[in-house]
Amino acid sequence: MLQMKKLSVALALCSAAALGASAHAADIKVGIALDISGPFSALGAEARDGFELAIEKLGGKLGGQPAEFIRTDFGGNPEQANQLVARYLQRDKIDFFTGPIGSNAALAVGPALFAAKVPYLSANPGPSAYAGEKCNPYFFAQYQNDTYDEAAGKVANEKGYQNVVLIAPNYPAGKDHLAGFKRLYKGAVKDEIYTKLGQIDYAAEIAQIRAAKPDAVFFFLPGAMGINFVKQFVGGGLKDIPLIAPGFSADEDVIQAVGEPMLGVLNTAHWTHDLQNPANAEFVSAFRKKYDGRYPSVYAAMAYDTLMAMDAAVRDVGGRIEDRDALLKALKNPSFQSLRGEFKYGANNFPVQNYYLREVGKDAEGRITNKLVGTTLERHQDAYVGACKM
Amino acid sequence: MDAIFVFEQLLNGLGYGLMLFLIAAGLTLVFGIMDTMNLAHGSLYMAGAYVAARVHEASASFALAVAVAVAVTVAVAAVLEVLVVRRLYRRDHLVQVLATFGIILIADDAVKAIWGVAPLLASTPAALAGPVQLFAGLPYPSYRLLLIGAGLAVALGLYLLVNNTRIGMLVRAGASNRQMAEFMGVRVGAVFAFVFALGAGLAALAGALMAPISAVQIGMGEAILIPALVVIVIGGIGSVRGAFVAALLVGLVDTAGRAFLPPALRAVLPPSVAADLGPALAGIAMYLLMAAVLTLKPAGLFPARG
Repeated sequence: MLQMKKLSVALALCSAAALGASAHAADIKVGIALDISGPFSALGAEARDGFELAIEKLGGKLGGQPAEFIRTDFGGNPEQANQLVARYLQRDKIDFFTGPIGSNAALAVGPALFAAKVPYLSANPGPSAYAGEKCNPYFFAQYQNDTYDEAAGKVANEKGYQNVVLIAPNYPAGKDHLAGFKRLYKGAVKDEIYTKLGQIDYAAEIAQIRAAKPDAVFFFLPGAMGINFVKQFVGGGLKDIPLIAPGFSADEDVIQAVGEPMLGVLNTAHWTHDLQNPANAEFVSAFRKKYDGRYPSVYAAMAYDTLMAMDAAVRDVGGRIEDRDALLKALKNPSFQSLRGEFKYGANNFPVQNYYLREVGKDAEGRITNKLVGTTLERHQDAYVGACKM
Repeated sequence: MDAIFVFEQLLNGLGYGLMLFLIAAGLTLVFGIMDTMNLAHGSLYMAGAYVAARVHEASASFALAVAVAVAVTVAVAAVLEVLVVRRLYRRDHLVQVLATFGIILIADDAVKAIWGVAPLLASTPAALAGPVQLFAGLPYPSYRLLLIGAGLAVALGLYLLVNNTRIGMLVRAGASNRQMAEFMGVRVGAVFAFVFALGAGLAALAGALMAPISAVQIGMGEAILIPALVVIVIGGIGSVRGAFVAALLVGLVDTAGRAFLPPALRAVLPPSVAADLGPALAGIAMYLLMAAVLTLKPAGLFPARG
């Protein structure tokens, strides 16, 4: 009898252990590349806050299944990103990947992820290569990098600006963004200024702009570059010249850092915190509650949306994420309420969606923030989709 | 290209040059008089910027921020002198470079530990955030005028100190012939400590003043060190006057390169080629200047030692 009891206890223990092991093996693993340090640290912090809020909201699960979110700082460094993705794939055996802020990191880590058949849902960059020739069924974008600038070019037409000066850092993304602006802008480009990447003193360029006397200035200067540029632009007495930017150069992180001089800056994005839809209202109020009244930036919203997309896809396939074809199909036809409202994926897995005009103003409490002005591009598809053979 | 544009760029060059002078003056004093290569000079500049940014944020007083930044940095430098730099005076340059490079690494990590990895945003003092109308058609940032004023004031102060005071006499004696000065009974140890503290104070002042128009971040000291070294090499090592002239030259050449080269290239080359070539050429203008000066005067413009 005693023997019998011992055996059953042992059996129970074994089965519990087996259950535990199988439950553990079923954990869905998500590799999240953060940019807490390095050139994109301010944007990376925004994205991190968005991820944290989503994980909290999902109760640490995806589609009701237990999930593990592995967060590592990539430091905005493509080489480091490569090593860490290798570790994610080989040691952690991740099922989803998301995170890095920079296009250079996205381009560096893509091939390894695609080869391993790990879906990469971008929480920010949408490099033109992945929209065109190098498009891949495992890559899902939130927007294409230069669609923001196309929208800005259209805004410049609508405002009647006859001639503009463009300014961007001299690196591939800088050129892409200016090319995007010129694609839809019909007026004359008086001057195209390329500065050193990471430049912080714009005295020489501001003198050039003053001499050119343009109707407006379009600037793509991410992070500290844009912060210094706008401060010095207004400090140099040029505040009567309107500034237009893609949303990246005039988002909440930049606005809080610059303050008053940002007022009136026009910028374009595929999302804004005052966009009317239930999912967005819930997100914005939860975000502001968690982070002392701060408005979320587009980076935080995209990070949040990315995890919601994963959650919906896992639910749609009933947790059977090892069936990659079904998973890709579920990802391609998302069944969740996106913060940006309605969208669908084009042939290249880049979204067909609206782009909005935002203007920096003050809210009811006197806080400086972006305000939705109108819709600039409706159900817009990027310019590279034709080159994608998928 | 009108006169206002050219004048504005001259002012910009002057402002940048004077800030370089503040950094290079301390570097050249230490190198020229103590014959000690102090790569950590840039770290003192960074310390000044961080302390100023933090104190300004906490107290809302820019003047206090600058004063505290200079005081704290001088105190740190005094400790550094006693613990490390003092032991390097009689060693060769390679040892000095290695040791002070070590200080850079430690300083960068210390800043990371104290203030985090994200850059700080130093705000311009509210009273100086707007432009001043210099004349019709040229509003100029008032903060940059303050920088020019501060740079000129320090240059004048250093000139008087070096040429008209007893300490200045000892400093000049040490710079032109250190051994002789020692034989003549100069208390070299005390002069060295004073010079090192003075250099640190100047670096901190530059850091505090530059903070609002640059990014206060880890590594800012290394970035400014290269132009500062170029300045002391062009000026002639150990010469404050040389550092002043060279700093203005470098400031003007660098600004002119950025302001006039790209438009000139765009006029003759296709835009895509000009976009690549312009910033690259502007970036090396300073080094071309150095090469030209050293070809004509290998010891720099005003060498302190004959």
